[in-house]
Amino acid sequence: MTGFTGFLLRRIAGAVFVLLALSVIVYAVFYVAPGNVAQIVCGERCSPQQVALVHDKLRLGDPLYLQYGHFVQGIFAGRDFSSGTGMVHCSTPCLGQSYRTDEQVTDLILGKLPVTGSLVVGAFVLWLLIGVGTGVLSAWKRGGMTERLLTWLTLAGTSTPVFVIGLLLIIILCSTLQWLPFPQYVPFTDNPQQWFWGLLLPWFSLALIESAKYARLTRSSMLETLAEDHVRTFRAYGLTERAVVGRHALRGAVAPVIALSALDAGTMFGSAVLTETLFGIPGIGQQLVQSVRTVDLPVVVGVVLTTGFFVVLANAVADVLYAMADRRVVLS
Amino acid sequence: MSEALLTTGAGVVAPAPGGRLFWRRLRAQRAVTAAAAVFVLLVLVALAAPLLTALEGQDPNAFHPTLVDSASGGVPIGPFGGISGEHWLGVEPQTGRDLFARIVYGARVSLGVAFVATLIQVALGVALGLFAALGGRWADQIVSRVTDVAAALPMLVITLGLLAVAPASIPRPVLITLIIAGLGWFGTSKIVRAGALSLKTLDHVSAARLSGWGTWAIARRELLPALAAPVITYAVLLVPTNVVAEAALSFLGVGIKPPTPSWGQMLTDANTWYQAAPTYLLLPAGLLFITVLSLTVIGEGVRTALDPRAASRLRVGTRKGLKSRKPLRQSPRKSLKEKAS
Repeated sequence: MTGFTGFLLRRIAGAVFVLLALSVIVYAVFYVAPGNVAQIVCGERCSPQQVALVHDKLRLGDPLYLQYGHFVQGIFAGRDFSSGTGMVHCSTPCLGQSYRTDEQVTDLILGKLPVTGSLVVGAFVLWLLIGVGTGVLSAWKRGGMTERLLTWLTLAGTSTPVFVIGLLLIIILCSTLQWLPFPQYVPFTDNPQQWFWGLLLPWFSLALIESAKYARLTRSSMLETLAEDHVRTFRAYGLTERAVVGRHALRGAVAPVIALSALDAGTMFGSAVLTETLFGIPGIGQQLVQSVRTVDLPVVVGVVLTTGFFVVLANAVADVLYAMADRRVVLS
Repeated sequence: MSEALLTTGAGVVAPAPGGRLFWRRLRAQRAVTAAAAVFVLLVLVALAAPLLTALEGQDPNAFHPTLVDSASGGVPIGPFGGISGEHWLGVEPQTGRDLFARIVYGARVSLGVAFVATLIQVALGVALGLFAALGGRWADQIVSRVTDVAAALPMLVITLGLLAVAPASIPRPVLITLIIAGLGWFGTSKIVRAGALSLKTLDHVSAARLSGWGTWAIARRELLPALAAPVITYAVLLVPTNVVAEAALSFLGVGIKPPTPSWGQMLTDANTWYQAAPTYLLLPAGLLFITVLSLTVIGEGVRTALDPRAASRLRVGTRKGLKSRKPLRQSPRKSLKEKAS
């Protein structure tokens, strides 16, 4: 098991390295590149005196490494901000303060996470069920009409942007047929039933697109496993096709699917922005789009780092799960 | 990261069929021929946009307030979003701009951004992949670490962030192209690096080195021809990804800005108009779908045509047909039962 522990430690070290690199890049790009930050924060019509005040308040006169140092210090130990009247403490993990509303970025993001989380988790369950189900079915019925139909359906699925299928679903299901209420976000703690119905359509839109990828991956992975010797042995024992495909082949084929799904779940915290915008779900992605429009850099940086954190975490989890699901993987 | 899992054979460079056989194998797939026809049509429409709008006699940016019903908030007057002899696909709600003109000019933006971005991505990817494989240990370390970190980044989110700080002086389509390209070369460089590293050990490359060829000559004459197949396969599938990327950014309202039309941007407004003017939504949505689908089908077709193992499936350049796959279809027990009865 030392091999596995070592692998785990190396993987964690790698993840930390990527996060640090990300924070440096993000900091450099977003705080150094745009030129006069104070002017952006203050607005077009600010007088030079006002701009100078903002400049001092944000401590933009400090050397860059010091500014970055303060930023990192904020994440690990918290820091203080000067407001108009006095000092405001921003506790760990402090990602800074919004230029526009003076709200603390960490609180802002923490408030949005359950929203995006609801969207991602529900969609995740659906896309795994639909994707793996379709993949297994098309591997099982290979060579027939079912497979051709499923192949074309998944191709259409991978070709449709989520905002296109989402729009069509709203029109058909909510507007024309009126089977579903128009999507809206109600917190789970307020009303679980409304939470469910309000998110059903966003879940489906996201899941239909994502599941296409999983269907293809599951299918090819299944076909590979079905061609292996041990499957032939099971057949030779006289197991039914159902048992061979559904139990034994699926077990062998599932490793890459697990790995990819962990990855996608992490990435989805960022890519859900399209679904959120379309359905008006006030999640982390919508916050980002809004902050991009108003050039609210601390919020932008905070969201980028948070979503980056999820992706890096998901990457590490995916690697570990892959190694656990498939013993043949060489740990390096 | 997902590409890394999906293209498992990326590092293995197998001999691909040469030019003429490649075309025969591509044409042997009927769906690809159909998709290619659709796609060529789309490209022609995009190229001929000024010609087509001149033929129609409309300008993509001209407002026609008389053609929309201001009392209802700007619903186009007339059936199907105001379709008439003058406005072939009707007019935009609220502004009354000609929809046909905006659609064909939108094709220019959508396809243009995607193509140029793909070209830059492939050029960067090939250059940096070769640099990593041939430039020594440090070059390899730097490029590989960058690709590793890049693979672990939420690209859409970073693109949005970059758009917040990008100078407003750069024309929007150029900016979008550069950002999509700059954040999308990692896949190609990975494929090229892995391929070049495995090719480097082969005898003909060693022979070239021993006869005194320079690194550049080896890359150009010995490595690139062999790397063409995997790179082309990957590049063709990059185009639809880039089409969607541009559409997504414009849909979010941070991509192509009006008055320049783009399909994704049209969908943003269409969101509020689908009941009163469904064509305004269905046209850009349908075109996006058709474009991406045709490009994906072509991409898959190229992959199959270049895949040395797919020869039997295509029945081109081989005498055996589909026979080898058939026995898999029935379960042994079933066939035993059939025999017994």
